[in-house]
Amino acid sequence: MKGDSYIDRSSRTLTLYAVLFLIVLYLPILFLPLFSFNDSIYIAFPLQGFTTAWYAQMWENPQMWAALGNSVKVGMATAVISTALGVFAAKAITRYRLPGQGPLVGFMMLPLVVPLIILGVAILILMSRLGVPLSLYTVTLGHLLICTPFAIATLIPRFEGLDPSLEEASADLGENIWWTFWRVTFPVVYPGIIASLLLTFTISFDEFIVAFFLAGTEQTLPIYIWNQLRFPRELPKVLALASVILLVSFVVVFLSLWLTNRGNRTLVQPGKDQ
Amino acid sequence: MTQDAYIRIENVTKRFGSFTALGDVSMDIREGEFFSLLGASGCGKTTLLRLLAGFESPTEGEIYLDGDPISGVPPNHRPVNMVFQSYAIFPHLDVRDNIAYGLRKRKLPKARRDEMVDEMLHLIKLPDYGDRRANQLSGGQRQRVALARALILRPKVLLLDEPLGALDKNLREQMQLELRQIQRTVGITFVFVTHDQEEALTLSDRMAVMARGKPLQIDTPEALYERPANREVAEFIGSMNFFEGRVTQADGQGVDLDVAALGRIAAPDGAGGLSPGQRVALAIRPEKIALSDTRPERGHAVRGRIQNAAYLGERSHYYVQLDGIEAPVAVSANNSAPVRHVPEAGEVWLSWPDEAMRVLAE
Ligand SMILES: Nc1ncnc2c1ncn2[C@@H]1O[C@H](COP(=O)(O)OP(=O)(O)OP(=O)(O)O)[C@@H](O)[C@H]1O
Ligand SMILES: [Mg+2]
Repeated sequence: MKGDSYIDRSSRTLTLYAVLFLIVLYLPILFLPLFSFNDSIYIAFPLQGFTTAWYAQMWENPQMWAALGNSVKVGMATAVISTALGVFAAKAITRYRLPGQGPLVGFMMLPLVVPLIILGVAILILMSRLGVPLSLYTVTLGHLLICTPFAIATLIPRFEGLDPSLEEASADLGENIWWTFWRVTFPVVYPGIIASLLLTFTISFDEFIVAFFLAGTEQTLPIYIWNQLRFPRELPKVLALASVILLVSFVVVFLSLWLTNRGNRTLVQPGKDQ
Repeated sequence: MTQDAYIRIENVTKRFGSFTALGDVSMDIREGEFFSLLGASGCGKTTLLRLLAGFESPTEGEIYLDGDPISGVPPNHRPVNMVFQSYAIFPHLDVRDNIAYGLRKRKLPKARRDEMVDEMLHLIKLPDYGDRRANQLSGGQRQRVALARALILRPKVLLLDEPLGALDKNLREQMQLELRQIQRTVGITFVFVTHDQEEALTLSDRMAVMARGKPLQIDTPEALYERPANREVAEFIGSMNFFEGRVTQADGQGVDLDVAALGRIAAPDGAGGLSPGQRVALAIRPEKIALSDTRPERGHAVRGRIQNAAYLGERSHYYVQLDGIEAPVAVSANNSAPVRHVPEAGEVWLSWPDEAMRVLAE
């Protein structure tokens, strides 16, 4: 211990904490791929042997594919629409002084803290009152409500980092607002838009509660999984599916982090004088 | 007003809420001239420039460009371009694309466009920097790119908002020369905002000294320096000694004054319109005062004691105490005259010719 600086010493506790944290966080998740390769329908130790049969069965299940397709459709629609709404909102919030702006922004962010079950029930009541049949559209509507505040929150820092004189310069050089948006605003906030699309897609993709209330006969993937849980012999297939989703999520998250970092580097890196 | 006004600003008032940023401003800017707006921070220089660019519209009054009113014309339809204080170089584009940004609507063949960009890169002396991004440029280089991006459109007027403010002193002086050179080459009317009086004096054909949202005086740099219209302008440009006094007699050409420390003195009535009894300040520039050991035969003279001296190489500054006024008189002497050192300097005579005096109404 002699010669250790104060900072080195304290880092031991922190390292221990970090390791414990990661174990607690990832151990349950690691059980998924582990048991998905286990040659038994029971989720229990000891492991019985290695098999990829669950993956094969999962792969050949048309219901699963239908549910996956529905979730991707809902997720993409939600991502695109909520990000577009987020762009307008973030632009308005950062660029213009609106009367009553503080409460207004708070109101826009409210769905972040309203319990999903309440949101789900509320929309369900509204829909049945209006006589709108439940379908993937109503699920998308619910997801838009959940995701738009996340999109706004992701995009606001990007728009705050956008120097307003860039847009003025574009107008000064002869472009109208649409061309200015396309040639200046969009490319500059682009990494934020990608981040928002990925985030809102992910939220929609694994959202269960609101989808459960608002889905009609077509189910999304989380609802499909939940339904499968009632049949013990389906469980290993669900584990296989979950493992694949986990893998894809990791790839997507790393991709988005990489994109965001790259975007930051081109924008924020201080000028080099030579 | 003169007929050769290219930009005519007519009784323009600009209010933000209840705050008046510009109050009834009228001025004419001529075609092809380098016109500066000089004034302390917050006096409305940027506001006036933004009115010319079209980012703001006047609360009252009208602006004419080449005879046409332009208040209703949005910025993207004005033949006016701006170099922003922060340069506003597009960070996602390289230098060439930044410079060519405004050419999209001209629908030129690619070869012609490249040729124009090359010309501009040459003009701003960055021929090999076309592929760089904004974050790979120094402050001075960014400033030049911003200039090229505006000039390539051949605007009728180029607006520059403190374009040299962010540069260090050496680069600033170099860029001043280049800017003046470029303006002469392209022959475009420049409206240049600065709060650095030296910069305005060096660069301008004519300039407006502004305060509190109004121009105080509009004239050539020489006229502003030699014949300031009032005390505020005289204080703002260069340094100046003021002697408080009162007019005893006025006859149109000259006035007799009774001035603190100098007594009765006859001076030219530069601005005109002075009347007996009026309180005035007699203003004399430090470099127009000569120091001598004996009373000179010609000109006005007064005795004083050197209180402080600063040796600056080619010049020395002296602060001379006179009987009857508290503030010492500043004298700036060329060091080809003998340099005086303070403890032994003692009593001296200050003298100045008639033309050195400027009588300003209080
Ligand atoms: N959009 C605005 N809303 C309210 N007040 C404003 C606005 N723009 C400018 N002002 C005010 O108008 C006055 C003049 O501002 P302006 O930017 O023209 O000053 P300036 O002469 O350019 O000063 P500086 O040398 O510091 O740039 C300032 O007091 C400023 O606070
Ligand atoms: Mg300003």
